[in-house]
Amino acid sequence: MSSPSDLILILVILINLAVLGIGDVRLCVHFIAVQGVILGILPLFTGGGLDMNLLLIAAGTFLMKGLIFPWLLFRSMKTANVPSESVPMLGFTLSKVIAVLLVVASFWLASKFKLLTPIEHGSDLTLPVALATLLCGMFFIITQSLALMQVLGYLMLENGVFVFGVAMAHEEPLLVEMGILLDVFVAILVMGVAMFHISREFDHIDVQRMTELRD
Amino acid sequence: MNHVTSILSPVAALVLSPLLLGIINRTKAVCAGRCGQPLMQAYWELWKLLHKGAVTSYTTTWIFRAGPMISLAATLTAALLMPFANFDAPIHFAGDFVLFAYLLGLGRFFTVLAALDTGSAFEGMGASREVFFSTMVEPALLLSIAAIAREAIGNSILVDLTAMHHHISGPLWANAGLILIFIAVALFIVMLAECSRIPIDDPNTHLELTMIHEVMVLDHGGPDLAFILYGSAIKMWLLGTLIAGLLLPVTNWLLLDVFLSLTLLFLMAVLVGVVESVMARLRMVRVPQLLAGATTLAILALVLEYRIP
Amino acid sequence: MLIIYSLILLPAIAGLATLGWSSRVGRRILLVAIAAIHLLLTAALAWNPPPLSEHAWLGVDHAGLLMLGLTSVLFFATSIYTAGYLQQEYSRRHHDTAEGFLFNAQPKAIHIGCMLLFLAAMSGASLSQHFGLYWVCMEATTLASAPLIYFHRHHRSLEATWKYILICSVGIALALLGNFLLAVAASGIGEGHPTLVFSSLLAHARLLHPVWLKAALLFMLVGYGTKMGLAPMHSQLPDADSEAPPAAAALLSGALLNCAFLGIYRIHLLCVANGLGRFSHNLLLSLGLLSIAVAAIFIIRQRDFRRMLAYSSVEHMGILAVGVGLGGIGVFGAALHAICHSLTKAALFMTAGNIYTAFDSKFVADVRGLKRTRPITAVLWLGGFLAITGSPPFATFLSEFTILKAALDGGFYAIGALYLGLLGLIFIGMVNNVIPMTQGLPAESSTDAEAQPSHEPLWSVMPAGVLLTLMLLLGLWLPKPLNEMLTSISDRANSLEATKTTTTERWPGSHGVANSMLGVTNQLKPLDEGNMAASALVPIRRHKPAASKPTHSWLNVSTTAAMRLPEIDVTETPHFFLPSSFPTPGENTP
Repeated sequence: MSSPSDLILILVILINLAVLGIGDVRLCVHFIAVQGVILGILPLFTGGGLDMNLLLIAAGTFLMKGLIFPWLLFRSMKTANVPSESVPMLGFTLSKVIAVLLVVASFWLASKFKLLTPIEHGSDLTLPVALATLLCGMFFIITQSLALMQVLGYLMLENGVFVFGVAMAHEEPLLVEMGILLDVFVAILVMGVAMFHISREFDHIDVQRMTELRD
Repeated sequence: MNHVTSILSPVAALVLSPLLLGIINRTKAVCAGRCGQPLMQAYWELWKLLHKGAVTSYTTTWIFRAGPMISLAATLTAALLMPFANFDAPIHFAGDFVLFAYLLGLGRFFTVLAALDTGSAFEGMGASREVFFSTMVEPALLLSIAAIAREAIGNSILVDLTAMHHHISGPLWANAGLILIFIAVALFIVMLAECSRIPIDDPNTHLELTMIHEVMVLDHGGPDLAFILYGSAIKMWLLGTLIAGLLLPVTNWLLLDVFLSLTLLFLMAVLVGVVESVMARLRMVRVPQLLAGATTLAILALVLEYRIP
Repeated sequence: MLIIYSLILLPAIAGLATLGWSSRVGRRILLVAIAAIHLLLTAALAWNPPPLSEHAWLGVDHAGLLMLGLTSVLFFATSIYTAGYLQQEYSRRHHDTAEGFLFNAQPKAIHIGCMLLFLAAMSGASLSQHFGLYWVCMEATTLASAPLIYFHRHHRSLEATWKYILICSVGIALALLGNFLLAVAASGIGEGHPTLVFSSLLAHARLLHPVWLKAALLFMLVGYGTKMGLAPMHSQLPDADSEAPPAAAALLSGALLNCAFLGIYRIHLLCVANGLGRFSHNLLLSLGLLSIAVAAIFIIRQRDFRRMLAYSSVEHMGILAVGVGLGGIGVFGAALHAICHSLTKAALFMTAGNIYTAFDSKFVADVRGLKRTRPITAVLWLGGFLAITGSPPFATFLSEFTILKAALDGGFYAIGALYLGLLGLIFIGMVNNVIPMTQGLPAESSTDAEAQPSHEPLWSVMPAGVLLTLMLLLGLWLPKPLNEMLTSISDRANSLEATKTTTTERWPGSHGVANSMLGVTNQLKPLDEGNMAASALVPIRRHKPAASKPTHSWLNVSTTAAMRLPEIDVTETPHFFLPSSFPTPGENTP
């Protein structure tokens, strides 16, 4: 734990595992919000010195992921009468086991990259945590039956990509980072609207029951 | 190191462990707004039970009478392996933590056998639940200890508890503190499961259908019950010492070490009491998920240790 | 440069303005007007393109111009169709005969506004030279097109919309990680801030770290492949394209897939220039063949004619990937195929929309006797079907044949046979649906005399008719400027390949194992572990050195107007399907 950024990255993984193991929808949204807040703090610790770009990215991320997205999701929950519990399709225990296997796999995969060019401003944990969050997010999308939980999985996926992006924050131009945040914002907005329509049309947001279109 | 002082580890376990039960009960009483039992009540209970007689049923065999004795013997032997504060354990050799884990398992095994020996349906139900939960606890316990071993020693997993204990020092904490906290949390959940505390089992319930551990020992009385009570107190002390040894870096000042370890143990008892007061027992289907969560934490700690040099 | 900005900003502003405008007629006129202006501006851009600078984020190169042109033409056609369609929607009873429910339609302002925003996003994607900006535009296309699918508001289209949003967003997030990995790979260039501008990356392509570049290729392929419709990432395509209204489906299928392919194409070029050509080619080939196979499987017993068209899009994207994956003249074929597929598919979707409007049902079994009740539509339907399956004299025949030729030239006999077989299967599957729809007697009339042709409004048949006529013309005569543009796309891809045959080992991590094992000398690049796995089943590639052309001059005006053919060395023995780990006996260098 030589640096605060390591600490933050470990907390990110912990939140992934927690979200995958809990069925309470509101608590999961809170956890993803906390993950967003932590990721907002992460750019300040990348150890390349603070400059305006980093501060803006940190502020934007904190605002979007920590405040605005959870607010949008809570609003969707209210308008779309979302049930308070959601059991994943594989069950909690198996989900936890697979999640931890995904973490192990992403650490192994990242070790293959580490020997080649290291990322300059990230810590050793950046790539494994990014991959682990990405994989956990995708796994979450696959195994959840509520549309809102799928949106949470998408947010987790984006957080994983963002962890990697922070390591590149010195090089990547600001415009693209802002564009990314804006796009995710609009995506969540559109998803919220879609969930409202789904709830009105189907009286539920259980995607397991939306299987009309198939071959 | 010092063979004379190493006897103090099991002696502390033997003498002070019922005090833990007293602290837990007192904490629960305080949280409930009552005055509560005296702190030494557990000692008086043991004394009382040892002077009573036991009634055994015609349907039981020698296993029923031997069960409590063997389980207490196993727990006492495990007490010989666990170091306390700055003292060594009297017996230590490479790989002794496996023996430790399975001595506790032996004790549980014989308790379960004694319960099945009565031929009663209720004991059988408790036995099956207990065995199911302990199946899920075992990987958490062993992986946590493996994580400590890796963290403390390095490459070889087959080390002894004493050596691990001595290696948990200040610089190690600064480097890998979060990992040790993960392991401590996992071990805390293991302790709650092994000692049949809330949220896995309610020790104060009187409804047989909700009992797990209590129903196994329902038919024991007198000295048998005293052995079981004493054995469970020692088990709690041992697991608590393991956690305390993990969380406290070893200083080389004797009195300070002892004082800090005792304080941490008593604080852990208070924490168990608080957990018992604020939570209800989890539903049966939730308990495996909690234990899987503990295992997940232990695996996460292990994975992180392989990463962080 | 002004033209480029206006191509993006004009539709965007108009789209935002339309979202709140309440005049019915005014909105539709604005839509058609913007489409016409966009087409004119694109033509002006093609006539006189500004030079491409190495650090500009927006610019025009050949491939981008091709996609932009296709987008523009398609949008103009669909805007005319939409203007009439929306007017018809006001007076139509919304009743679905498949399940028998009534439904609402979306507010038309949203539909038109989103179509214009969609145009802006696609123009931005075609015109961007920066990978990050391209990503932003692709994300914007997802968000702008999602409301388009939910036009007829019922549970099927809602399900399709949800699937589309979620799957495309996940894909785009993966592509974002690919962008970041590309930035790491680009840090090997080493001069301060690595840039993600395509032309400067291409210029320094040798300096990119290969492993990170491979990872970036994988993530971008999966990510943009989700939008493009490459199997196995194609699952949003059948649902979205079949439930969207006809104009939106035409745009989604004709224009968007091409723009998504642009990103994959660019990272593929980077890999080829870096020396990872074999890896990239193999990936594209396998995914392309898989797409065609998946499409064939799902077309054969398809009961929904719009879904059949959507799977046909999957097939054609697979053909594009196969064409680029083969290299050589296959790239020319792929570029021509992009044009053919876009125009034909748009025409087909618009015709399918007419059929759906006429019969109120999405099932093939409910549609009979088109040639009696709606003869023009029947002609368009049959003509479109012939065009999309690659019958001469349509231009699709030319492009698919070129790709086949590339396969045979390169010695990929098995791939060529598979390709032909699958295309044949698709033809059978489609003909099984299309012919019964046009022949026979319509359900409500029992005799010949009762089936009278109904009135077919001009707006519904003219766009499709014009597009199909264009296809016919292209099949007979390829105009010289178009030919040159396609040729230069192909040349740029192949020149990168040719110049890399003399590359030396640069990164100490990768091993140069395969040369000795394969017994082929310096024509092949050294394989590292990634390639061994990926290329285990692909026949041995023999590179034909393309005709030497100067690289990076983006407008190669060649004097010969004929199609460019690579030189064929007749002394080579053909190769069959060989696992690459077996040494070939006595291979000569061509």
